[in-house]
Amino acid sequence: MSMFFTIAVIVLVFLIIFQIAKASEYVSVLKGEEKSRKQQNKVNGFLMVGFLVLGLIGVYVCNKMLYGKTLLPHGSASVQGEKVDSMLWVTLIVTGVVFIITQIILFWFAYKYQENDKRKAFYFPHNNTMEVVWTVIPAIALTVLVVIGLRNWFAFTSDAPKNALQVEVTGKQFGWIFRYAGKDKEFGKKYFRNIDEANSNLLGQIWDDSKNFDDVVVTQTMYIVKDKPVKLIIGSRDVVHDVGLPHFRLKMDAVPGTPTTLWFTPKYTTKEMKEKTGNPNFQYEISCDQMCGNGHYSMKGIIEVVTQAEFDLWMAKQKPNYYAAFPDKDPANQQPATPAAKDSASTAKAPAATEKVKM
Amino acid sequence: MSNDAVLHGDAVVLPHSGVHHGEHHEHHHHETFITKYVFSQDHKMIAKQFLITGMVWAVIGGLMSVLFRLQLGYPDATFPWLEDILGKWAKGGRISAEAYYALVTTHGTVLVFFVLTAGLSGTFANFLIPLQVGARDMASPMMNMLSYWFFLAASVVMLSSIFVETGPFSGGWTAYPPLSALGDASPGSKTGMDLWLTSMALFVVSQLLAGINYISTVLNLRTKGMSMTRLPLTIWALFFTAVLGLLSFPVLFSGFILLIFDRNFGTSFYLSDIFIASTNKALPNEGGSAILYQHLFWFLGHPEVYIILLPAMGMVSEILSTNARKPIFGYMAMIGSLFAIAILAFLVWAHHMFVTGLNPFLGSIFVLLTLLIAVPSAIKVFNWLTTLWRGNIRFTPGMLFAIGFVSLFISGGLTGIWLGNSALDIHLHDTYFVIAHFHIVMGVASMFGMFAGIYHWYPKMYGRYMNNTLGYIHFWLTMIGAYLIFWPMHYEGLAGMPRRYYDYSVWESFKQFAELNKFISTVVIIVFAVQLLFLFNFFYSIFKGRKVTTLNPWGSTTLEWTTPIHPGHGNWVGEIPEVHRWAYDYGKDGQEFIPQTQPVGEHESHH
Ligand code: HEM
Ligand SMILES: [Cu+2]
Ligand SMILES: [Cu+2]
Repeated sequence: MSMFFTIAVIVLVFLIIFQIAKASEYVSVLKGEEKSRKQQNKVNGFLMVGFLVLGLIGVYVCNKMLYGKTLLPHGSASVQGEKVDSMLWVTLIVTGVVFIITQIILFWFAYKYQENDKRKAFYFPHNNTMEVVWTVIPAIALTVLVVIGLRNWFAFTSDAPKNALQVEVTGKQFGWIFRYAGKDKEFGKKYFRNIDEANSNLLGQIWDDSKNFDDVVVTQTMYIVKDKPVKLIIGSRDVVHDVGLPHFRLKMDAVPGTPTTLWFTPKYTTKEMKEKTGNPNFQYEISCDQMCGNGHYSMKGIIEVVTQAEFDLWMAKQKPNYYAAFPDKDPANQQPATPAAKDSASTAKAPAATEKVKM
Repeated sequence: MSNDAVLHGDAVVLPHSGVHHGEHHEHHHHETFITKYVFSQDHKMIAKQFLITGMVWAVIGGLMSVLFRLQLGYPDATFPWLEDILGKWAKGGRISAEAYYALVTTHGTVLVFFVLTAGLSGTFANFLIPLQVGARDMASPMMNMLSYWFFLAASVVMLSSIFVETGPFSGGWTAYPPLSALGDASPGSKTGMDLWLTSMALFVVSQLLAGINYISTVLNLRTKGMSMTRLPLTIWALFFTAVLGLLSFPVLFSGFILLIFDRNFGTSFYLSDIFIASTNKALPNEGGSAILYQHLFWFLGHPEVYIILLPAMGMVSEILSTNARKPIFGYMAMIGSLFAIAILAFLVWAHHMFVTGLNPFLGSIFVLLTLLIAVPSAIKVFNWLTTLWRGNIRFTPGMLFAIGFVSLFISGGLTGIWLGNSALDIHLHDTYFVIAHFHIVMGVASMFGMFAGIYHWYPKMYGRYMNNTLGYIHFWLTMIGAYLIFWPMHYEGLAGMPRRYYDYSVWESFKQFAELNKFISTVVIIVFAVQLLFLFNFFYSIFKGRKVTTLNPWGSTTLEWTTPIHPGHGNWVGEIPEVHRWAYDYGKDGQEFIPQTQPVGEHESHH
């Protein structure tokens, strides 16, 4: 019912507009086409300045309403991101000035030089000086922006510091898998044909490689340490994904078959960010930024930034994935060694072990 | 038919022009309905075929955007009528994620290729090249006709993909593998993707047939006296467009061929190390590179955005100059900057791939080249502004859209400078900032170029005018609406809000934009309705519009206005006029305008 009503109203509005348009055509024939054309010209000339003024006010109002919702007011949560932010400002100023000047000129000229019987158009086909000037000035401005940009770019893409915490991030439809290297600080080898979800081998770790024995695998939430550089080694199990880190101002694609890397230094713990933003639900979210299928929009990961002490505590509680795949190798399950029978009962079963991996 | 002009009896001979409209007919065909309207080889009719097919696609593609904006703006609402029209794709009145992605993908593909490539340059290259260079038709009218029919075939195949069981392709218009290669990774990558690839392959053929024709016509069929540097800028722009297409579409085609092989014949060009969870199977492919496809795609993809934009730039230059009653400022610089843009367009493709793991050094080269392209773009803007300066401006609807184009090109071009700097792109890539950038600079701006062209050359196409008042309403509402829709999206992008998300409500980082999304979607619906007004104006005016009574209604210098009001196949009755000057003698020596056909007078000043 309301559907018909809406359609009826729309049709009516269309008809009215059309009648007005038709009528104005007849009127112009009656009045003399030249005369009514000139009148219309005045109206449009006036609308040109109107649009300019309202538009500039609109830009201001829009900024007022939306600036607070962007990431900029709280500053970047990574050291690298600060450079992104400062570059955003420089670029905004350069392009903003050009934007305002050229838009004003455009609409002002349109208004000012609207048709007028008294004026003759000025025959002005070219002027070399002017053309050189406005080739050189943008070229200089752009050179400055390129220099700033490339310095940052090379800083972002440089090698991670030696002491960086390494986390391997793997995307899959539609979630994230994180691997920590464990005590030996080296990741064990993996091969995609070994992937076996039923047996807790989400990444295809090669169990013959002893470096795999202490590797910890978790999903959903990644823990990293405040003020400590973290290096992400990024890959994908199926299609192209992207590790999007809006609060850190960085992102990097996850490509199957070709690992990529990204490193940064987080500045605030999650807890600090909750206070800083005044949002008790604040979370560092990893958003997948590359179309990866129908669940793309739900491919969320969480980053928990904690202090070193909290991190060590958390890590101590994690079991290497090796034990999930081979519960009988788990020292906790070897009857004589572990008195905690309750624990061993639950980890002995494969499905329970998979649960564990999911945390 | 060439005796149209005689039938209408209104072939007023322009007082300024030195053209002689002979009464003898060199081209006299017997035309039937089929040869005149369907399998026509007349470039003007083919142009109209491209235009109307493009308009049909614009309506379909636009409607799709209205549907997916409904989901983005009102994620919690249900619209029972959606289930009525979409069936299982909108169970309970809410569009499913599958349908959402199918709509987004088809919208992008259709608007980029079918509307803004075929609809825009297909229409105006066909219509204007022979008329403005002074030729009776294209170099090969037959190939020209085939180009349209290949396009139509591509359209039919694309349309059919909407109706297959597993849905149309849904992996984004860029169709990155492995997603686009693996039916098990997404239902849309099954039959839908086969049809998508077939359609696109047909489309590439259509573009190549068209491009070769445009180039050879411009190079070989110019009338006497029409040297390259006397060509209107429309022709220069369409010429560079055709060159870009001819050199880059084959690369896209090769990318598609490899994709077809990967999909159907077990090769591993793009595939490596893949485990599919839905089937719980590791694929046999090893050693391929998913990134290779992205290089091949963007090697076309970036030139493609200029294929879309250049014709609009050309038409806008022409329309601005005509209606400012002033020569275009810096004609040679305009050609030079078109040339620079065309060259650079081939050297910047990897700016779409800064965060794919591209070698950072290589990335830095692409930063440099990308920002370099802003220089010729800036030159063009300043030249347009100077063209308006001290003019005597007539605001025809075409002129309004041309001015709107300049405004949009400035707004969208400037954000290109943000994205071209890789250290900013690392934050902004694949967010709504990119959506805002390319919709303003390419989507809406080129659409404005197209509208400008339609309003301006409508009298030549149909011998009637479109209704002015409707044109003004159309322009102002679309202009305001376009900015209202796309300007705020920059802020969403600055918050890192990713594009191609079906629902943001579970994201702590992005859900603050729910209100804004609702606002944008509401404006989208209104702007779409305004376009229906335009469509109505267009079709109504073909039959009922005010008749054109003078040969040269805008007081233009160019050759198309020396043809009869209803030019037949062959364009000119009698001999093709000879050209004696460039196309921009407006306001020279106190004369309103001097047509290109008028010989240079003895006392005329030099410039
Ligand atoms: C001043 C010149 C320009 C520069 C420096 C520039 C730069 C860029 C960059 C770096 C991107 C990639 C952003 C990303 O995905 O992260 C981009 C995207 C895009 N640009 Fe531009 N651009 C410019 C002008 C244009 C023009 C004139 C057009 C079209 C006529 C255009 C159309 C596009 C399109 C369609 C995309 C997005 C494609 C996609 O990912 O779906 N750009 N631009
Ligand atoms: Cu994704
Ligand atoms: Cu590009």
